[in-house]
Amino acid sequence: MTKIEEIAKGVLAGDRRSIARAITIIENNTAEAQKLISLIYPHTGKAHIIGLTGPGGSGKSTLIEKIVREYRRRGKTVGVVAVDPTSPFTGGAFLGDRIRMQELSTDEGVFIRSMATRNYLGGIAKATKDAVKILDAAGKDIVIVETVGAGQSEVEIIKVAQTIVVIHAPGLGDEIQAIKAGLMEIADIFVINKADRENADKAVMDIQSILQLNNKEKTWKTPILKTIALTGEGVPQLIEKLEEHRQFLKKEIEHKKSLLRAEAELIEAIKEKAATSIIEELRKEGKFEELLHQILEKEIDPASAAEKLLRGKFKKAVSNA
Amino acid sequence: MQSTRKIRVLIAKPGLDSHDRGAKVVARALRDAGMEVIYTGLRQTPEQIVETALQEDVDVIGLSILSGAHKALFPRIMELLKQKGLTDVMVFAGGIIPEEDIPELKKLDIKEIFGPGTPTETIIQFVLENIPKRT
Repeated sequence: MTKIEEIAKGVLAGDRRSIARAITIIENNTAEAQKLISLIYPHTGKAHIIGLTGPGGSGKSTLIEKIVREYRRRGKTVGVVAVDPTSPFTGGAFLGDRIRMQELSTDEGVFIRSMATRNYLGGIAKATKDAVKILDAAGKDIVIVETVGAGQSEVEIIKVAQTIVVIHAPGLGDEIQAIKAGLMEIADIFVINKADRENADKAVMDIQSILQLNNKEKTWKTPILKTIALTGEGVPQLIEKLEEHRQFLKKEIEHKKSLLRAEAELIEAIKEKAATSIIEELRKEGKFEELLHQILEKEIDPASAAEKLLRGKFKKAVSNA
Repeated sequence: MQSTRKIRVLIAKPGLDSHDRGAKVVARALRDAGMEVIYTGLRQTPEQIVETALQEDVDVIGLSILSGAHKALFPRIMELLKQKGLTDVMVFAGGIIPEEDIPELKKLDIKEIFGPGTPTETIIQFVLENIPKRT
């Protein structure tokens, strides 16, 4: 077994050391990274991938800690990928999201990894996507990706996560900035954190008025929830909404599959009906009998005979066949 | 494919210290030297520190301690690292640690101990020169 195969095996067995090494490999983007992903890929697709983004100071890390606890209470295992920016000047990064999640470190059902944005070709999306795949393949029921909502990365999160939670807090003073940055459009769930502050209701109303415009043509109406991450208030309701959105996505996929199934059935039915009526039509001509005899005498093959019969009548059908 | 190997460092504070100025200065210096520094905040148990080092797959751990509990906490951390198989992680320490305790701590495989007033440049240089090789 090669080193990579061993690590992949460890990941699938949920071994924490292997998971950690696997993420390092994809972060360093060595030639081994692709091999690793190809080995674990068939085992992905089970986790609910949640993206959480919002401006600095809105309480993302603190809220994630409470979300993870709530999921743990419900018997789910959780992976967290916390992304922080790399300094463009030194290439270094200060990764401090764990400060708010200290007590989760020793929970066997939780795996937290801090990632720096580095200067990935193709953006942060690819590296985080692969890290998510590793946690997914390792059997985590829920994988949460946290990004800072400043710059491009927060819009890139839609390439990574299935459900996007945009978090905001009253008094940060950049409600309008949030709209500009395109955060509104990507939110599946909007959270106003620090809801015990004054102006919380105003923040909800501000966002509501913008969302109403966005929501018009959507089948999923983005809800706005209030939370107090420090106390955990509002977190169970948030989990309910996350679960609701997951069910919604499942239904959408089911709906798409049903459409495909219906299409296949319809095409089958058309084929049958069309063939029957065409054949009936052709039988009425003398040529049909004549060609039958020619086939018997091996003067013509059946395919050429069919072509002769159809020529001129169903040009398109013949040329497509 | 472009490979971007980065040095990952965990700066951790075991025990009951009440401030983390020194740890933050070191964290910042290492960040400015181009490393990815994971900082966990105050009052960590040895178990939390080792588990964090494992999940974050760090190359280096820097322990900062001011309370005087190093003789109890450091051996526990080094023992846990061994238990979890993290033997290729380099550990250094800093804070308020009496001169006479240093030989004993170094016997635990703690590579270096830096006292107050150490220039950050010295620490950066030390880390760069002592990165463990990975197979």
